[in-house]
Amino acid sequence: MASAEPWQMAEIPGPRKAIVIPRPEALIALVKRAKRLIFIVGHGASEVSLKEGGTPMDWSIRVSRASGIPILATGHAVKGFIERGFKPGAYMSAVDVANRLIDPGWEGLDGKGQYELAIFIGFHYYLAWNLLSGLKHFSQNIKTLSLDRFYQPHASLSLPNLSVDEWEVYLKALEDALRSG
Amino acid sequence: MKMKEFRTELGVFKDLEISIGRIFEETWPEPLGPTPFPSIIALRDWDFKLLKRYKPFYMPFCDVCCFCTMGKCDLTGDKRGACGLTMASQQSRIVLLACCIGAATHIAHARHLVEHLIGLYGRDCPIDVGGTNVEVEAPITRLVCGIRPRTLRDLEDILDYLEGQIVQLLSATHTGQEGSPLDFESKVLHAGMIDHVGMEVADIAQISALGFPKADPEAPLTDIGWGVVDSSKPVILVVGHNVPSAAEIVDYLMDRALYEKIEVAGICCTAHDVARYNPRAKIVGPLSWQARFIRSGLADVIVLDEQCIRADTLLEAQKVRAPLIATSDKNCLGLQNRTGDKAEEIVADLVAGKAPGVLILDPVLVGEVAVRTAMEVAPKRRKFKVLPSTAEVIEGSKACTKCNRCTRSCPNELPIPDALEVAVQGNLSGLAALYEACIGCLRCESACPNRLPIHSYILAASERRMREERFKIRTGRGAIQDNEIRNVGAPIVLGEIPGVIALVGCSNYPHGGREVAEIAEEFLKRRYIVVASGCSAMSVAMKKDEEGRSLYELYPGGFEAGGLVNVGSCIANSHISGAAIKIASIFAKRNLRANYEEIADYILNRVGAVGLAWGAMSQKAAAIASGFWRLGVPVIVGPHGSKYRRMLLGRKDRDEDWYVYDARSGEQVYVGPAPEHLFCTAESKEEAMVMIAKLCIRPNDTPKGRAIKLTHYVDLSKRLYGTIPDDIHLFVRTAADIPITMKEEIQRILEERGWKEKRIPDPTLLPKLVRKGEMGR
Repeated sequence: MASAEPWQMAEIPGPRKAIVIPRPEALIALVKRAKRLIFIVGHGASEVSLKEGGTPMDWSIRVSRASGIPILATGHAVKGFIERGFKPGAYMSAVDVANRLIDPGWEGLDGKGQYELAIFIGFHYYLAWNLLSGLKHFSQNIKTLSLDRFYQPHASLSLPNLSVDEWEVYLKALEDALRSG
Repeated sequence: MKMKEFRTELGVFKDLEISIGRIFEETWPEPLGPTPFPSIIALRDWDFKLLKRYKPFYMPFCDVCCFCTMGKCDLTGDKRGACGLTMASQQSRIVLLACCIGAATHIAHARHLVEHLIGLYGRDCPIDVGGTNVEVEAPITRLVCGIRPRTLRDLEDILDYLEGQIVQLLSATHTGQEGSPLDFESKVLHAGMIDHVGMEVADIAQISALGFPKADPEAPLTDIGWGVVDSSKPVILVVGHNVPSAAEIVDYLMDRALYEKIEVAGICCTAHDVARYNPRAKIVGPLSWQARFIRSGLADVIVLDEQCIRADTLLEAQKVRAPLIATSDKNCLGLQNRTGDKAEEIVADLVAGKAPGVLILDPVLVGEVAVRTAMEVAPKRRKFKVLPSTAEVIEGSKACTKCNRCTRSCPNELPIPDALEVAVQGNLSGLAALYEACIGCLRCESACPNRLPIHSYILAASERRMREERFKIRTGRGAIQDNEIRNVGAPIVLGEIPGVIALVGCSNYPHGGREVAEIAEEFLKRRYIVVASGCSAMSVAMKKDEEGRSLYELYPGGFEAGGLVNVGSCIANSHISGAAIKIASIFAKRNLRANYEEIADYILNRVGAVGLAWGAMSQKAAAIASGFWRLGVPVIVGPHGSKYRRMLLGRKDRDEDWYVYDARSGEQVYVGPAPEHLFCTAESKEEAMVMIAKLCIRPNDTPKGRAIKLTHYVDLSKRLYGTIPDDIHLFVRTAADIPITMKEEIQRILEERGWKEKRIPDPTLLPKLVRKGEMGR
């Protein structure tokens, strides 16, 4: 199933399209290489069940706790985090997040400046498509990584279109790698 | 006037020609403000003030520009096209194009209506939208143009101005014209402003001439829903936005005492307006129900006018053997123009099936042909439908290969292959579950390599539910009465009525229309004023309580706290912006006439109004939204609204963006991010509800009013976000702003944040409104 064409059929992008992450190892390598990272988690992260239990939101909490990567929740995702006993670094609307990520002067959640890699998960395909387009065209140095199940051509880096099983392999591999440091 | 020779004391004039357009009678004591009939740059300074605070954030829908033959040009990142344009400029240019299309559509609609009504009632037909209850009959026109329309004749002059502005704006989008994104954005706001004038012209013309409800809070209730149509009778379905043909159908039936024998049912805004014309007409539902209703076979004749009509309606009509009558020169569908033919000839051809449809541009003739054709065709069609039987759905579903192209083409990514998989087992519940969120776009059918009629499968699985869809809606009441404005002006401006929520726009919903009704109910319970129009007003009706009553039956129709106001069709949106303007004019007694900046500044800083276009789809919706932005009214769109490519976002983390002048002293005062955004996407219903409560906050709120608004903001945030807002400290100016029941909790947060008390100014962004003192911080 793994392919790298836009999941929604009319969403034709280009010329510049996301680099496809072909294997979990590549995902691990690029995440580990980045120095200032942030998770952007939409409300959809609590609406999908993973086969190994829990949701992508639960997965993001585990990864954040293990790696220290802060989570910025969008929509009403903050409620899901709080119900899980986890306080995200911040919450705001998805377009607000993108609007800050294109601002080189934004100080980030910790006051230490703009991020190097923003990792997106838990979004309607078309909403992420638009957000990532805004970032592709108007951010200066930030890279974007889409960890949702379908190829997002406007990201800098994206998973290909994946079955749920294939997707979970990526997520689990990244979690294990970040847990082990 | 021409004269060969004219002798005066000054001299002799030869071949003198004097031309006088129109002289407006000066019976209006209000002084003329600074911007009558504003040009496309007359309000640029005001626009730039807004755009400095609410900066555009672009989300390009396409990486290239293909407008001219030098292209395609790749505009990715900081590249420029062959003409020199940047991506930001290109995006703002496309937004301007969309708003020009939207405004032109309303203005052309208005022109058609005014000409039609002048033909029926003459140029001297008076403008009357509410008798003595509505002295300010055309607040937007007064504000923008500086004239007070008294007759249909006056509306022609306003339309002349509007059409001229559209030409000017459209010309700015040509290659090698405007280059600055901010100037494009200023023109977007201008397009929105004239769009609202055009909508107002259209609606006050039809209210005045066609006897629609005149600002009546108790406008009659009427039926809405797929199931309200009596299928035992011939059914005429009217679709679109421009009511003359539908009104003539009703007249033909009434004149001949035939109304008991024929059903007139409508989809989209023509449905609203034909029900305003005669509440016996039935409203089927929003625009997304076109294919749904036609495929059911209930319509014996389909009459189309203009706007938001599916381009394949003729094909859909042919499938169910229903003759189609196109009635608009903007939507001819390739049909033969039979306007000059006799009714009996046209009817005979349609009944015999010699033509699948006809174009008739005379509404009176449409009325006769539609009724006679329906009566003759209905017994032959016997409600022929194209919805498959359960057995056919089960058998057809076996052809699904789970290629996923349907889901990948569906705007809402509905899990169609999964539904088809269980349908093969004889279980249609999966297909039925798709019904609510399906917007009826038919892209699934176009995408299916096996040509499965997927939409029909969904409908077949939901047929019982559709038949049971019966609700009540209050017919569109039109304007808000001046007295209603006097009654609520103070509590709105002081903040004691927490806000005015306008539920507007199309039905491109992410999860179906039910969410709109749920949002309406939430804010009605909280005693906000909820105003609705167009498809959203229909969706608001489609939720019942335990006793089967819709929100329109449960809440009063007045512009009051806890009131649910259906103003009417798309063009009736003008009464929503008009109400905001009237608050400034009638309640606050600000000069209205051609005084745009001051009134918009008043609304931005004082009137806690927010628009929610949860399913906004069209270019008209874009123009409507931009008209609200220029007036300082924020608009929220649903997740599909992000495809409008541009948001107007404030930055609450930048204190410097939130200073206003205190009109009493000229000092600049921090007032917090109120309202935080002018145009924003919410990704979920829950987010939209919290955002609505927050965007109602205004700098001018009294402490009591601010405390009420914060009560709702905090309460909704706790319920839907699970936490007290993390920006609450930005909205507390003095201790008196803190809701009493939340005092300890909020004070603790204020202490953590190092909060300091701030004073409450008489807020304005306009230095010219400062009454005394030195300017500057």
